Amino acid sequence: MIEINDLHKSYKMGSNSLHVLKGINFKAEAGELVAIMGSSGSGKSTLLNILGMLDGANSGEYTLDGVPIKDLSETKAAQYRNKFLGFVFQSFNLINYKSALENVALPLYYQGVPRKERQEKALKYLERVGLKEWATHLPSELSGGQKQRVAIARAMAAEPKVLLADEPTGALDSTTSYEVMDLIQKINDDGNTILVVTHEEDIAHMCKRIVHLKDGVIVEDKKVKQVRAEQYV
Amino acid sequence: MWLFDRDLWFEVFNTLGKNAFRTILTMLGVVIAMLILVLLLAGSNGMSNMFNSIFAGTASNSLFVWGQSTSEPYKGFERGRRIRYKIEDAEILKKQIPEIEVLAPRIELGNHRGVTTVYRKGRTSGSSVYGDYPEIDEITKKKLVEGRFLNRTDIEDSKKVCVIGEETYKLLFDKGEDAIGEDIRINGVFFSVVGMYKPNNNINIDGENAVFIPFTTFQKAFNSGDRMGWMAISVEPNTKVAVVEKRIKDIIKYKYDIHPDDERAIGSFNMSEIFNNINSFTSVLRFVSFFIGVTSLFAGVIAVSNILLITIKERTKELGVRRALGATPRVVRRQVLLESIVITVFAGLIGFTFAIGLLYWLNTWLGDGKEGIPLLDPMVSVPQFLWSFFFMITLSLLIGLIPAYRAVKIRPIEALREE
Repeated sequence: MIEINDLHKSYKMGSNSLHVLKGINFKAEAGELVAIMGSSGSGKSTLLNILGMLDGANSGEYTLDGVPIKDLSETKAAQYRNKFLGFVFQSFNLINYKSALENVALPLYYQGVPRKERQEKALKYLERVGLKEWATHLPSELSGGQKQRVAIARAMAAEPKVLLADEPTGALDSTTSYEVMDLIQKINDDGNTILVVTHEEDIAHMCKRIVHLKDGVIVEDKKVKQVRAEQYV
Repeated sequence: MWLFDRDLWFEVFNTLGKNAFRTILTMLGVVIAMLILVLLLAGSNGMSNMFNSIFAGTASNSLFVWGQSTSEPYKGFERGRRIRYKIEDAEILKKQIPEIEVLAPRIELGNHRGVTTVYRKGRTSGSSVYGDYPEIDEITKKKLVEGRFLNRTDIEDSKKVCVIGEETYKLLFDKGEDAIGEDIRINGVFFSVVGMYKPNNNINIDGENAVFIPFTTFQKAFNSGDRMGWMAISVEPNTKVAVVEKRIKDIIKYKYDIHPDDERAIGSFNMSEIFNNINSFTSVLRFVSFFIGVTSLFAGVIAVSNILLITIKERTKELGVRRALGATPRVVRRQVLLESIVITVFAGLIGFTFAIGLLYWLNTWLGDGKEGIPLLDPMVSVPQFLWSFFFMITLSLLIGLIPAYRAVKIRPIEALREE
């Protein structure tokens, strides 16, 4: 599903350049649930940005579902993001003046899905994250865990190839974190490919595979026995 | 066509509606600007209406000609010779200058602007007395409050009738007394009053203390023979009054042996010049008010753009999320642009409605005009409204481009960066 070959990324900082990613090789099959771990500065966020087409690499190859991702214009990148990717952020990033339903329907709007169908689909995904009754509520009326579930529903609504979660539990307490991980695991059970960036060991172990990043290179890539979050909920 | 994309409109209205306070704040500048523009335009319209009403009843393409004294010796005549027109001059001029539409000869009792004592039942008034043709009414319209003006039969039969002004009436009659049919005496001759006129807010060359009698009656009663004092002339539309004025003077100068360069022998008053002056005054006024209004509209639209720019900064995260979720730069630009236009148009409509309400109230209060307020029916015309609206939308479109491009320049990665 995802294939990365010798990916390099450096940032210009005045006269110096900061080499963040120093040749990443990574492959993820469809249906995988991968945790990307690393301390801050390890390059995990940069990697996720490149995977999310929010940033471009300096060199290397990136193929997503057989499509080479290279030299994208802003427009093309937006279209690919919309088609291929679902984003879940640490701070949820829901649009605060839109109801839960409208938030979930937003990527569908950008896909050009007709209004009625959009609403139905959004409601279906809200139901899937257990927030059907909260459809008309504004984000400010939801708890942190509920917000993240809405965000997950939004990411899923466009039926992406890959779900990218950047510290999805970073702003949540442990009980809520497990609830969210439970949801992510269930979505993965349905066959969706998910990449989770995290620095929490317990969260990482709820994935099926852990990739360790350090100083811009992958230092460890191992399959783990998945800990089900269900038991903690 | 994205203009008819219901979802886009919904998105725009949703965004604006959900941020009502911000939207209203943004609108304020344009509301006030539109208010100012409409009020200024209406004000200048009202002023020009006022001028028009002052001149209503006076043909704008008219001139008045009378005789004065020569200032140059010519053909053996000394200077200072009084020029006295003859009634035949009227026919000559009409025949020679086809552009003349109406020519109404007049003769007055006494000297020019002279005053004659008019008697009635022991009362007197010092009034101007004119011998006139009914045609004079086509050039300087009298606002009759009672009776009628002079007519053809009066002329043909040399009837001893007269039309009096309100001032004369006040001097000769008791308050509320019926003047019609009453006799007044001028130089020992009795005239029966057939009409009375009133000042009508407009310029009145003859004044209100005046008595008009048929020209032919005047000739007989006061032995004026073939003399003629005055000519009120209107020329055909699309003819320059000044041109006709010059030809009239040339003919008269030739006939009465006046030196061709003598500027003083013939007195004349070109009404159209006054009109032109007033017209240029009102158009300058109109231009100035339009300029001020448009400038304030410009400022208002810039304010919209400014506030949108600020909100774009505030909405960095939101726009970043939208981009991450698949909004293309085009879509984001379109939305911000449309927000700018919708705000401006809405604000413009509110300002316009408010201004119209204010003007409606003002019009009701003004009625047919109030003393000391040089306004009559201040209102904007439909084309004026359409133009200013069109202008406003174009402006908002152009100025909305600034925040729209700023919005597009936000890179989603920067917008989404965690603080």
